[in-house]
Amino acid sequence: MPWGEFKDTAGERRVFQRRTLAVVVILLLLMGVLVARMYQLQIVQHETFSTMSDKNRVQVQSVAPTRGLVYDRNGVLLAENRPVFSVTVVPERVGSLDETLIELQRFLSISDEDLDRFHRRLKERRRPFQEIPLRYDLNEQEIASMAVHRHELPGVEVNAELVRYYPHAEMTAHALGYVGRINRDELQRIDPVDYAGTNYIGKSGIERFYEDLLHGTVGYQHVETNARGRTLRVLEQESSVPGADISLHLDMRLQDRAFSLLEGRRGAVVAIEPETGGVLALASVPGFDANLFVTGIGVEAYRELNESLDKPLFNRALRGQYPPGSTIKPMLGIAGLDTDTVTREFTIWDPGYYQIKSKGRRYRDWKRSGHGWVDLNDAIAESCDIYFYDMAVKMGVDHMHDYLTQFGFGEQTALDISGALPGLVPSRDWKRAFRNEPWYPGDSVNMGIGQGFNLATPLQLATATATMANRGRWAQPRLLKQVIGDAPTTEALPEQQRQDIVLNNPDDWNFIINGMKDVMHGPKGTARAAGKDASYLMAGKTGTAQVFSLAEDEEYEEEEVRERLRDHALFIGFAPIDNPKIAVAVIVENGGSGSGTAAPLARAMFDAWLLEFNAEEAGLIVGAAEGVSP
Amino acid sequence: MASRDFLQKLPSQQLTQSRGFWSMVHLDPILLVLLIGLVGFGLVILYSGGDGRIELVKGQGVRIALAFLVMVVFAQLDPAVYRRWAPWLYLVGMAGLVAVLLTGVGAKGAQRWLALPGLPRFQPSELMKLVVPMMAAWYLSRHFLPPRLSRVALALVLVFIPMGLIVKQPDLGTSLLVVASGVFVVFFAGISWRVLLAFGGLVSVAVPLMWVFVMREYQKQRVLTLLDPESDPLGAGWNIIQSKTAIGSGGWSGKGWMQGTQSHLEFLPESHTDFIVAVLAEEFGFVGVLSLMGLYLLIILRCLYIAVNAQDSFSRLLAGALSMTFFIYVFVNVGMVSGLLPVVGVPLPLISYGGTSIVTLMAAFGILMSIHTHRRMITS
Repeated sequence: MPWGEFKDTAGERRVFQRRTLAVVVILLLLMGVLVARMYQLQIVQHETFSTMSDKNRVQVQSVAPTRGLVYDRNGVLLAENRPVFSVTVVPERVGSLDETLIELQRFLSISDEDLDRFHRRLKERRRPFQEIPLRYDLNEQEIASMAVHRHELPGVEVNAELVRYYPHAEMTAHALGYVGRINRDELQRIDPVDYAGTNYIGKSGIERFYEDLLHGTVGYQHVETNARGRTLRVLEQESSVPGADISLHLDMRLQDRAFSLLEGRRGAVVAIEPETGGVLALASVPGFDANLFVTGIGVEAYRELNESLDKPLFNRALRGQYPPGSTIKPMLGIAGLDTDTVTREFTIWDPGYYQIKSKGRRYRDWKRSGHGWVDLNDAIAESCDIYFYDMAVKMGVDHMHDYLTQFGFGEQTALDISGALPGLVPSRDWKRAFRNEPWYPGDSVNMGIGQGFNLATPLQLATATATMANRGRWAQPRLLKQVIGDAPTTEALPEQQRQDIVLNNPDDWNFIINGMKDVMHGPKGTARAAGKDASYLMAGKTGTAQVFSLAEDEEYEEEEVRERLRDHALFIGFAPIDNPKIAVAVIVENGGSGSGTAAPLARAMFDAWLLEFNAEEAGLIVGAAEGVSP
Repeated sequence: MASRDFLQKLPSQQLTQSRGFWSMVHLDPILLVLLIGLVGFGLVILYSGGDGRIELVKGQGVRIALAFLVMVVFAQLDPAVYRRWAPWLYLVGMAGLVAVLLTGVGAKGAQRWLALPGLPRFQPSELMKLVVPMMAAWYLSRHFLPPRLSRVALALVLVFIPMGLIVKQPDLGTSLLVVASGVFVVFFAGISWRVLLAFGGLVSVAVPLMWVFVMREYQKQRVLTLLDPESDPLGAGWNIIQSKTAIGSGGWSGKGWMQGTQSHLEFLPESHTDFIVAVLAEEFGFVGVLSLMGLYLLIILRCLYIAVNAQDSFSRLLAGALSMTFFIYVFVNVGMVSGLLPVVGVPLPLISYGGTSIVTLMAAFGILMSIHTHRRMITS
């Protein structure tokens, strides 16, 4: 035997057998553990894992509804949806990430900002095979070259998304508002289910006001996806309901005209159809390209817009609160007659200044030499300040406040124009509360010519003018003309709240309007140059708002005042007088005089609307124009 | 020489009669049928686990055929040959392991392969799965059993040195199997229960002490994630959560062949290699799992039967250790896929796609068949 020792073969065999027995016991025990474990997973916890497996496999994808389109009154598209392409990368599927990024730069311009954002996202926790966006908003050339080269780049995807687009850019930003990516605050406010697939929400204007209408209803599809999230098949589907298309009262031709009339200036034009209250034009110049804000504007571009002296982001038409100046006189004239403060025949002597008490402060007329004897009609036509000083002091602040408020001053009266400001009509209470002072007669003097504490927006001026044109009947301003499709328009639009202005003598309307007619057509009318040679009759009122107050007797040297300190030029008016089709308020910042700058602009708007765009209706007007005094 | 003379003196007629066909070809028909059944079942699962890629099944088929050939060849060699060669094979294996660490070819961040000029690439660590139990059996069976404590200690040294080298590659799964094979030899040799208990006690004291005094914070963290992968659901835990989901969603009878959503929609990772049992569980349900476990159990019991009936201590120890190593394969793999054990790279034996492990495993079955069919004496 090679083995040095004696071996007890039988004994060794017995030991081995006992050990094998032990091993078999252990073996069966451990096998039992495995089987028990499988039983636990497969039978006991089957429901749980079955659900998990389905959750893995079946994804509920929300299908974002297509946002409703916005048209003007003639069917011109104002807001549409445009596919925007972006490039995403699935890091797990690309061979070398660095090489792929270098390769991609051959077809795309990728900024450092894009790369930074990409690498930040790469470091965040994510599911394996989740895609990371690299570049948004490819241009057409980039889309084309990606389409050609995509197969060379595994793990690189091009995705399309519908994004709001405003074809008229600057011209509609202030009238329509715009949509933008949903931010954190809005996320709190919206229904997370309804917005599950939506990335954009109305931020301002019509887009914001009619958000519910335009957004539509989210749809769902149950899809089977693989671990990479790629959809393999649709199991079940509930279609989304696209948002309603809407048309506005806005007329893009008139809007366009307002912009070209204001070109190179700062100002606003609001045109309203008195019959309906429909806003025909709402221009704030300069405007801005709302498309920049939809996908997110760059820091640099935003700073440029925000810090511009011309304030393009400022919506002058809705939020510019200016002293209304003399444009307020026709409304105060109504107040004077209706409160019997003055009569139609009442005259005053205008020496060029007004004193509450003799030897008191002299409030000057804009005409240093004075207007001589003036009645109410002359006072409106010639914009005599002294007449209104006198009337304001006699009438008192309470009446003035009452009537101005009835015309919608100091309140937000627009039905569906979000963001409009209320302006200010001062009162005793207001002055006590905000200035902690009593109301002085001098305050009434200033109020009588729309200076002092008075503030009004161009929209308010246009609204008051339309109410004047309607002889007191209110049609609150609105943008929505019609909801296209099933939803009734009346439900979408808030109900009108304002009470019509009822005068003791309704003919007072015509008396005041006649004064406004003389502004345009009378021999001494302040805007007679603007009203010249018209084939229809129009009513108007010029105004000038001081940017800063002049001390008594201080000489006003326009040339010496820097351009931006010049007076704002204002004008309100409507036409034709007998059957008003359009009411307009114009403000040109630092435009100098209302008669020289603002009135011709309004005349151009009247002509465009009545003669150019609605020629068939103008036929009626020619006859009426024969009554124009030479 | 003496034994061969003895054999020749036996009546040849009686010999051939008792041996029959299977003894002549040195194969065990029962084990062979079980193995063919297992491998066939495996190929069916693999076809689904590999998402219907027939080339995968073909490749595996070729590998299995080769492995069966290796089994047949190994079965022809007399157990005495293995015993005689054990020390030399051990030295060759150790040299190979050292060479791998010095010059090895990397794959997936680990150096496992040795590329010798003129030879196909191979993993010395795979070889060690056979050689280590052979060596331990050789060493212990030279003396009477049960072994003395000093011999046990030396035998364990013979086991743990190659393990250390394999851990360094690093290949945790293989080193585990190598250690298991060696430790089973020691166990079968009859090491006393008291020593076993003492050893177990030592380990259970040493581990907490190591935890508190030796291990650094990051090492502890790594161990914790290993033990609780669900704390990291998108990272290390992803695999195990997905495989548990696959298994659990199978239920009693499964989703049907080729119908498993977890594997076919790519949620289940490594669905044709280490995690293939999850595919089985998902598509064939608990019934399928029981069938597979039953098949494995029958194979192991047959192997233990062979071990018990082996004629000398070396053969017994080797056969016992190889049988139980096979079981360790099954236990570690299924335990890991079902979330009982931490994830270490151990394939499901004879079913997982690829790998030299199939060849090694079939070689082991060849050795077992050799032990069963090379009988030196006719029992009285």
